[in-house]
Amino acid sequence: MAPPFSWLRPEPHGLYITPADAWIDPARPVDLALVTHGHADHARGGHGRTVATPETLAIMGLRYGVVEAGSLPVAYGETVTLRGDVRATYVPAGHVLGSAQILLEHAGERVVITGDYKRRADPTCPPFEVTACDVFVTEATFGLPLFKHPPIADEMAKLLGARENEEGRCVLVGAYALGKAQRVIAELRAAGFTETIWLHGAMERMCRLYEDHGVDLGDLKAVAGVPKNALANAIVVCPPSALNDRWSRRLPEPITAMASGWMRVRQRARQRGVELPLIISDHADWDELTTTIAQVNPAETWITHGREEALLRWCELTQRKARALALVGYEDEDD
Amino acid sequence: MQRFSALLDALVLTPSRNAKLALLAEYMRETPDPDRGWALAALTDGLDFPAVKASTIRSLMAERVDPVLWTLSRDYVGDTAETASLLWPEPLGQHLPPPSVAEVVETLHATTRVTAPGILAELLDRLDVNGRYAILKLATGAMRIGISARLAKVAFAQAFDVRVEDVEEYWHGQAAPYLPLFEWAAQGAEPPRTDLLPLFRPFMLAHPLEAEALDLTEFAAEWKWDGIRVQIVHVAGETRVYSRSGDDISGTFPEVASALHEPCVLDGELLVRGSHQGGETGGAASFNALQQRLGRKTVSKAMLRDYPAFVRLYDVLIDGGEDLREWAWEQRRARLESLVTRLDPARFDISQVIEAATFEDLVGIRARARDDAIEGVMLKRRDSPYVAGRRTGLWYKWKRDPLLIDCVLMYAQRGSGKRSSFYSDFTFGCWNGDPDAGAELLPVGKAYFGFTDEELKWLDRHVRQNTVAKFGPVRETDKSLVLEVAFDSVHESKRHKSGVAMRFPRISRIRSDKPAHEADRLETLKGLIVP
Repeated sequence: MAPPFSWLRPEPHGLYITPADAWIDPARPVDLALVTHGHADHARGGHGRTVATPETLAIMGLRYGVVEAGSLPVAYGETVTLRGDVRATYVPAGHVLGSAQILLEHAGERVVITGDYKRRADPTCPPFEVTACDVFVTEATFGLPLFKHPPIADEMAKLLGARENEEGRCVLVGAYALGKAQRVIAELRAAGFTETIWLHGAMERMCRLYEDHGVDLGDLKAVAGVPKNALANAIVVCPPSALNDRWSRRLPEPITAMASGWMRVRQRARQRGVELPLIISDHADWDELTTTIAQVNPAETWITHGREEALLRWCELTQRKARALALVGYEDEDD
Repeated sequence: MQRFSALLDALVLTPSRNAKLALLAEYMRETPDPDRGWALAALTDGLDFPAVKASTIRSLMAERVDPVLWTLSRDYVGDTAETASLLWPEPLGQHLPPPSVAEVVETLHATTRVTAPGILAELLDRLDVNGRYAILKLATGAMRIGISARLAKVAFAQAFDVRVEDVEEYWHGQAAPYLPLFEWAAQGAEPPRTDLLPLFRPFMLAHPLEAEALDLTEFAAEWKWDGIRVQIVHVAGETRVYSRSGDDISGTFPEVASALHEPCVLDGELLVRGSHQGGETGGAASFNALQQRLGRKTVSKAMLRDYPAFVRLYDVLIDGGEDLREWAWEQRRARLESLVTRLDPARFDISQVIEAATFEDLVGIRARARDDAIEGVMLKRRDSPYVAGRRTGLWYKWKRDPLLIDCVLMYAQRGSGKRSSFYSDFTFGCWNGDPDAGAELLPVGKAYFGFTDEELKWLDRHVRQNTVAKFGPVRETDKSLVLEVAFDSVHESKRHKSGVAMRFPRISRIRSDKPAHEADRLETLKGLIVP
């Protein structure tokens, strides 16, 4: 008999499911890919067949121009059976629109691959569901005990407060174009902000896609061609890379804000020239990571990407069996 | 403490100087004594708690956080105080309300090495994450957030609408929490007495000369010597030497400090003996020689022997307890001329007035001064009082024309603050031989001013369109653009590959008309070196 879980093999560019000849979030084109969510470090184009939620497939279609003829949509809670008697069930991960954990079942063993996830409420996607399993493959982007994301209402109050305090200036919020931007906008709406929110050109199509999937983002308009004075005291959302670039010169003395879990560390905010750090992340913070491992309570925890050492140490201190997988290609500098 | 920690956070994240000033001024206006004084001292590194060290924080954390997790976190954040503020366990149950800055300062002053950890822990339990950061930074005396004493004084003047020169004068000799200073500025009380202490008085400064000519019956001309401007104060048996910024540099120049025994306040140029400036006898060496002496805490006998310092006097502010600052320059000059005869001639001489009948004569004399490597000429209104700062119409500096050289733009780096979207720091080079025979460009200097806003936009665009490589915030350009660089002087330097270091380089013109291979060679620049 094969040793436990030997049917799932960590390779440098993804997790390989041997009996199904399929990959999870592969970093290069393969015949059969199971994709957890639409961020570019997990979802790449060019696969023969892609299995993902309908939302993730739509995002991939938008980003890569074509949806492969062989794409196979799987709704939350649905199970597909792959070759070699491997069953894959897609479970909400609470990370971004369409994001899923993938539960794999084979030979009486259950493995959950989280992809990226968070435990906080998010108006743009259904919440993470705790799923019992033998092996829990978790991310560790914010896997250091110093990362504690504050309640998002606090950060929204900071953002709206900055806008009111600086007459004539606009607040420019750098936010990841997929997920973070829409979540910030939806949270602003939830906080009662009804004015137009202005968008960098790179944000527009993804926001429309969210709206097409039933996420209400209120009145959105593109900044392009709008005179400076029309943007006084406005809130403008752009990708983080545009924060300090030439593009921002068209705005009235922007207060540069950045919505990211990294903003918890002053020096990170300073390095990016951010005046208003907003600690908002779509990843689990330290307490969420450790609480989730405790709730799932697997026989083994595999840690994929981020700051694995600290989470490994925590598992050691709490007498949990754990190992770090050396997967390449997952970067999340801007989340 | 929350107000202080909010101020600290805002200062850390605000790039603009004006915005920093506004934040500081608002804090000083709205915070009661003695908190605002303590906060001011903390921000300008004026507080010291010998019982609290970075090791105190580390041992506090060792009791609360797994050592492996601590090390991983500390390595990630890069700052012990910030890491501790983030990792400090939120206390359970009820705690006292947050302490005031004064309570923190008084409590920490009263600690010993033994009691410090426990007392610090109790304070940390009463604060949120930003408050913890502020208290740990304050306790270990390592703010390092770019608030200079000067900036704090300007903010103080702004806060209470008083003159920054007065703030400079009264500030010296005051200890935190500066109650008499706030009483004077905020409540209109009498200013603190300064006449019995060896205090720094703010310097009188000059505007650049822009007029075509001045009437020499109204203005006197003096050489502008190329050393460092100093003020020497002697009162009640004590002497201090102060730099332009008001830093006490008496320890760096003990031979000067120990040579003055007359009660007075003098203004002059600190120089090193040599034959470079002002002729063979009683002359001064170049600025480069003086540089050997600057910034040293202890001075060796060899230094004192090889680079003996002296002061060439320009002015007298106070003589024998009599404040002469309201007097006319001519009257002060007469007092100075009689005072200098009573001083040690090895350490003090007087800056001679240039004998020129007309402005045309002066133009000729100044033109010949290039060879003497004198910085230029000062023009002082004969009836001018000694006023702090730069007052229009009284003193002018007429620097000799800058030296010019054509260099090739090599690298550009992004600026900060308002300039963060622009490539505004430029590194340029000269050819180390014949460019048509395979010579290379060697960097000779770096400049980030001298250009107009329009020129900056043009340069930014040039850099973006002609980038050949990127290194973080730095771009390497295709080395096609010639820049005319102006500078005051050039010196030999072992620290630079090119072997030269320029003083005060700035971009004077963009020479897009000139091909890069026609830019100057290193040997041309080396020919301008002053020994």
